[in-house]
Amino acid sequence: MMPSNLLQIAAPELILAIGALALLVLGAFRGNRSTLLVSILAGLVLIGAAAAAAVAPLGPIFRGGFVSDEVSRFSKVAIYLMSSVALLLGERWLNRLRAGQFEYPVLILLAALGMGMMVSAGDLISLYIGVELQSLALYVLTAFRRDDGKASEAALKYFVLGALSSGILLYGASLIYGFAGSTRFVDIAHAVHTTAAPVVLIGLVFLACGLAFKVSAAPFHMWTPDVYEGAPTPVVAFIAAAPKLAAMVLFARALLEGFPDAIDQWRQVIMTIALISMAVGALAGLVQKNLKRLLAYSSILNIGYALMALSTGTQLGLQAMLVFMVLYMIDSTGAFATLAALSRDGKPMETVGDFAGLSQERPTLAIVLTVLSLSLLGLPPLSGFWGKFYVFKAALAAGQWQIAVFGLVASVPAAFYYLRIIKTMWFDAPAGRTDTPAPDAQAVAVAAGLWSLPLVLVGLAFLDPLAALAARAFGLS
Amino acid sequence: MAAFLLQYLPIVIMLAIAGVIALALMGAAWLFAPSRPDPEKISAYECGFNAFDDARMKFDVRFYLVSILFIIFDLEVAFLFPWAVSLMHLPHPAQVFAFWSMMGFLGVLTVGFIYEWKKGALEWE
Repeated sequence: MMPSNLLQIAAPELILAIGALALLVLGAFRGNRSTLLVSILAGLVLIGAAAAAAVAPLGPIFRGGFVSDEVSRFSKVAIYLMSSVALLLGERWLNRLRAGQFEYPVLILLAALGMGMMVSAGDLISLYIGVELQSLALYVLTAFRRDDGKASEAALKYFVLGALSSGILLYGASLIYGFAGSTRFVDIAHAVHTTAAPVVLIGLVFLACGLAFKVSAAPFHMWTPDVYEGAPTPVVAFIAAAPKLAAMVLFARALLEGFPDAIDQWRQVIMTIALISMAVGALAGLVQKNLKRLLAYSSILNIGYALMALSTGTQLGLQAMLVFMVLYMIDSTGAFATLAALSRDGKPMETVGDFAGLSQERPTLAIVLTVLSLSLLGLPPLSGFWGKFYVFKAALAAGQWQIAVFGLVASVPAAFYYLRIIKTMWFDAPAGRTDTPAPDAQAVAVAAGLWSLPLVLVGLAFLDPLAALAARAFGLS
Repeated sequence: MAAFLLQYLPIVIMLAIAGVIALALMGAAWLFAPSRPDPEKISAYECGFNAFDDARMKFDVRFYLVSILFIIFDLEVAFLFPWAVSLMHLPHPAQVFAFWSMMGFLGVLTVGFIYEWKKGALEWE
C-alpha cells in the first residue's frame, strides 16, 4: 500500500520534526543555558534537512497527500537554507537584548517544517496543516519579546487576521471538497475538467483569498506593515523571506494542479490581486517614515510581481516566479539584516531619518543598503533586475503586455522611496554616532549585498537551469 | 446529486432530534420546575466567575493556563476514540500503519507534556 521509499521521500520533514521535538526536550531539561547549543543543533538540523531535500526521491506518498517533485525540492532547499540564516540572525540579536530563549530555534524549525509541508502539499488537508503549522510558529515568533508592547500588538493583529484568513481558506476548501468529493488536487482537477460548476469557482476564489492573506498581497495586506514594524527585526527578516516563497509555491500548486482547466477564471482573480498589490505597494510606501513599514510595502509590491508571473499559468511563468522569489528573498533578508546590525545608543534604528549620513559613519553597511535598495528597485545588472526581467519576459510571452506595462509604471513611484533612503544615507548630515554593528548581522548583510551585485551573474547560471527543471514538474505548456 | 445529499440525511435527523430534545428539556424546566432562588443558589459556583459582569476584571492567569492545557489534551485525546473504534476493522498493513501513526501522535503529545511540566506550567505555587 505504501511505497517502500516513503521514509526517504519524507526524510527532510522527518529530520525537521524529530529534530524540533528532540531539541524541545533538550531545552526543557537544560533551560535557557542551552540556548546556544540548541541553536547550533537546530542549524545543523536545517542544513541536514536541506541536504536530504536536495536528494529526496520523487513521487507522491500518503495517497497523494504529500508530493515530492522538482518544485518541492527546489523550494525546500531554498526555504531551509533561508531559515538557517534567520536562525543565525535571531539567536545573536536576542542574545544581545538578553531575551534569548531556547524556544526561538525550535519555533524556527517548526515554521520550516510547516513550509516544507506547504510546498509538498498534494491535497487540501496537507495544504491546511502546512499553512497552520507555519502560521502558528510565526505568531509566537512575532510575540517573542513579550514584554514589548508593540510586538504583542503586532502578534495579536497577525493572529486575529491570520485566523480569519484560515477560516476563509477552510471555507473555500470545504466548498471545493463538497463539489469534487475529494481533497486531492488531481481529483479536483478531474472533477473541474468534467464540469466546472459555479460553486467550485466560489470555493476557488475563497481559497485564493485565504492564500493571498498568507503572501500578504493587497487587498489582504493589512497585517503586513504592523507586523513588520512590531516584530523583532530578525523575525521580520524570516517572515519576509521563506514563508513568502512557500506560500507562493503552494499557491502555484493549488491553482496549476488543482484547477488547470479553470485557468481563465482564476487568472482574472490573480491578475486583479497582482494589480492592486503593485498599486498599493508602490503608492502607500511613499508616505512611510519607518523603514520596516517601508520594506513591508516593498514586499507587497514585490508579491505583486510574483503573482503577475503566476497569473500567466505557463511553465515560463512558474520558472520566473521561482527565480524572482529566490532573488527577492536574498535582497529582503539582506535589507533586514542591515537593520538588525545597526543601533544607536542601544536602540534599533528604524526611521528613515535615523539613517541620515550613514555613509560617513558606517560606509560598509551604507554601501550594502544602497546596493540592496537599487536591487529591490530593479536596476540592472543587480539581482532584483534579473528577477523582474524573468517576470516581464514570462508575462510578455503569455501575451499579457497590459499587466507588464502596469508593473513597469508601478516601479516608478517605488523608485522614489528606494532612492530617498539612498539620498538620506549619502547626502544628509549625520544624525549622531551609531553603535558598533553586530558582526553576525553585518556578515549576512554583506553576503546579501555581494550576491546582489557581482555574484548573481555567476549564481544565475546555476539558478536558471534549476528553476527551469523545477518548473517542468507541473507539465505545463 | 440527490443520492449524494441523501447520505447526509442522518445528520439532518440528528440535528432535528437534538434541537427538539434541547428545547423540550429547557421548556419543561421553565414550565414545571419549582423556582425558589436564594442568593447562595444563584451565585457562581466555587472558583467560577459571575456570568454577567464587567469582562475587564483581573483574574489569576493560572486559571487560563490550566484551562488551555486541559482543552488541548482533551481535544487531542478525543482523536483516540475514532482511531480505537476503526483500528480493528482495517486490513493488516493499514493496521500497522495506523497503529504507528497514533504512536507517533502520542509521542508528539508526550513531548509537549514534558515541555509544559519542565516549564513549570503545572505548578500552582
